[in-house]
Amino acid sequence: MTLRAAMSSSDFNYIRNLVRGQSALTLDPGKEYLVESRLDPLARHEGFPSYHQLVATLRFGPFRDLHRKVVEAMTTNETSFFRDARVFAMLAKSILPALVAGRSAERSLNIWCAACSTGQEPYSVAMLLRECQPSLERWNIRILASDISRNVLTRAHAGRYNQMEVNRGLPAHLLVRYFEQHGQWWEIRPEIRRMVEFRETNLIQPWHDLPGMHVILMRNVLIYLDLETKRTILERAGRLLDRRGYLLLGGAETTMNLDDSFEPVSFEGAVCFRRRQT
Amino acid sequence: MILTAYLKKLGFDVTVAVDGRDGLDRLRGMEKADVVLVDWNMPELDGISFVRAVRAQPAYAALPLMMVTTNTELSNVSEALGAGADEYVMKPFTADMIREKLELLGFPV
Repeated sequence: MTLRAAMSSSDFNYIRNLVRGQSALTLDPGKEYLVESRLDPLARHEGFPSYHQLVATLRFGPFRDLHRKVVEAMTTNETSFFRDARVFAMLAKSILPALVAGRSAERSLNIWCAACSTGQEPYSVAMLLRECQPSLERWNIRILASDISRNVLTRAHAGRYNQMEVNRGLPAHLLVRYFEQHGQWWEIRPEIRRMVEFRETNLIQPWHDLPGMHVILMRNVLIYLDLETKRTILERAGRLLDRRGYLLLGGAETTMNLDDSFEPVSFEGAVCFRRRQT
Repeated sequence: MILTAYLKKLGFDVTVAVDGRDGLDRLRGMEKADVVLVDWNMPELDGISFVRAVRAQPAYAALPLMMVTTNTELSNVSEALGAGADEYVMKPFTADMIREKLELLGFPV
C-alpha cells in the first residue's frame, strides 16, 4: 500500500477558484478528496503523470481547453430516466394538461432541461409527451436540453445507454417501445431523439438565443451554487418563463427566500414554482 | 437472498419460493400479496410460465408482477410484458433500481 500526500491547499484553492469563476460551482474546504478523484483520471488521460503536474500547467498558461475540461470534470452528472417519479406524475397529470388546454390557440410549447447531463431527463420528457399527449403531434414542440459539459452532451446526443442506465427508472413498456438494442447498448429510437435539441450552455454566462419557456426543468443545479448566483439564475429564469409557465427544481431546492417573484404550487405530491401573478 | 434483504429494508414482509411451482402454491396460500418478483430461469416452472399461470386466474388480474432476471434481450422484455408482467429488471441490479421500479408500480417506498 502506498500513501500519497494529500492535495496541497495551494492546488486546491487554485482549482476551487478556477471552477467557481467558470461555473459558479462551490467546492468547500474538505472536498480535496473529491477534487483529487476527479482530476486524477483527467490528468492521466491528458498525458500528465499526476494531477500535480496538471495543476502546474494550468496555473502558468492562458485559459484553454484544458481548463474547460477541469471545470467539466468537477460537475456532477448523476441522472436517470424519470428521476423522481412524482415530478413526472405532476408533469403528466397536471402541468402538461393545463398547458395544452391554455395554449390550444398557439399550438406551441417550449420546454427547457437546463442541466440535462447525459440526456435521460429530456428523453423522459419526450417519451412522456408521446405517451400522455398524443394530440401534440401537430403542435410545434421544442425540447431544448443544455449542459455545461461537452462530454455529457456528446453522450446525450448519441442517445445510447448501457444496461445499468436503462434499468433505472425507465418503465419496461417504454424500453420496448422507444429503444433499440445493439449488443450491450440500448439506443433511443430516432423519433424520440429528433424531439430533443441539445446545446452547450453555461448557466452563469448570458443565455443566448433561448425562446420564452413554458416549462423549465432546472433540477439539482442550485444546490451547488452560492447564494448570489442562485438569485441571478432564478431572476433570469423568471424573465424567460412564460407568465403561465412552470419552473421545476430539485427536491431539496426552492425559490423561497431567494426570489419572491415565484410562488410554490403543489400537484401530485410534488412542488413546482410559478411566477406570482400581479 | 440479496433481493429479500432489499425488500425487507423497504418494509415488505417477504415470502420466498424456490421455483415457479412452489411460487404458485405459496401465492394461493397467502391471504394477500401486494407484489410478486419472479426470476425467469427456474426449475419446475420457469418465470414466464409462472407469469402466464398467475395472469390466467381472474383473482390475480391486477396483482403487480415484476421479473428480475439475467435475460437481457429486448425480445425477452417484450415477451415478459406480453405474458402479463408489469415491470422488468435486468441483472445485475442495485437496491435503487428495485426501489425505483417498485415506485413505478405505485409503491411509495
